[in-house]
Amino acid sequence: MTARVGVVTFPGSLDDRDAATAVRIAGGDAVALWHEDDDIKGVDAVVLPGGFSYGDSLRCGAIAHLAPVMAAVARFAAEGGPVLGICNGFQVLCEARLLPGALLRNDRLRFVSRPVGVQVERTDTPFSAGYAPGQRLVLPVKHGEGRYVADESTLDELESEGRVVFRYATGENPNGSARDIAGITNAARNVVGLMPHPEHAVDATLSEGTDGLAMFAGLLGSLTSVR
Amino acid sequence: MPRVAIDVLLKRELLDPQGRATERALPGLGYDGVSDVRIGKHLELDVDAVGEALDALVEAMCAGFLTNPVVETYRWRVIADDERADAPATR
Repeated sequence: MTARVGVVTFPGSLDDRDAATAVRIAGGDAVALWHEDDDIKGVDAVVLPGGFSYGDSLRCGAIAHLAPVMAAVARFAAEGGPVLGICNGFQVLCEARLLPGALLRNDRLRFVSRPVGVQVERTDTPFSAGYAPGQRLVLPVKHGEGRYVADESTLDELESEGRVVFRYATGENPNGSARDIAGITNAARNVVGLMPHPEHAVDATLSEGTDGLAMFAGLLGSLTSVR
Repeated sequence: MPRVAIDVLLKRELLDPQGRATERALPGLGYDGVSDVRIGKHLELDVDAVGEALDALVEAMCAGFLTNPVVETYRWRVIADDERADAPATR
């Protein structure tokens, strides 16, 4: 049976269709989830896509994390279900406290939209299992508020527990993120958030390359292996 | 109904790039002797509660939704009509 991956659409989500396309290219079924839904339709994994949910009102992700669907996503995550937050989705996961820290204005105040080098630090999450340890990727970023911050003890904990999953390549940190952090996971390693956009790098006919595809293929592989 | 004003800033140890950019622009405009510029948010709301109930409600809203305690700190107070930030200028 083909794995079913839910992609949530909030008002203001932009990258939900690309995320769904990436799931399909990787061989899964993409299931549309709506922010007002009370359940997640029995999917095997959830993707919170990029965009500007609720117009970034109050703070990025602050309103979205209170949407009805997020209660279901939080329950799913607590039960060990794989959840990926990309860009705005990462911000939503931090606001929901499913991941530690927060994402603030880029240090140079500029919206950055370009490919960046990203290093795979850990392959023991469902979303990084398709990569080799230390693999260097090129993924697009496009955000104005992607500077990852957390207090020093939280950062030390993330490092010592091996929860920094993706790190910007040396000299390529586009936003001033602490310790070049591009993506992290929770203690249980089933929830991952990152600022770069794997779903925009899955089609060889486009200019962004295909380095993002293994994030979705790895997920589908890990879902199949636990069945 | 009490009007509540809430001031929110990024925690002191966090870089505030808006504040930094503004601070750097000031000398060029001839405004010297200004430092430690921090830019945050000012919220005002009417709250239908008084006394301890008001305190509890505002604290809960601030800590749970209006601010993000991971990166922000806040102060709040009850203000009079002429203390509103949008009160007409008096001359």
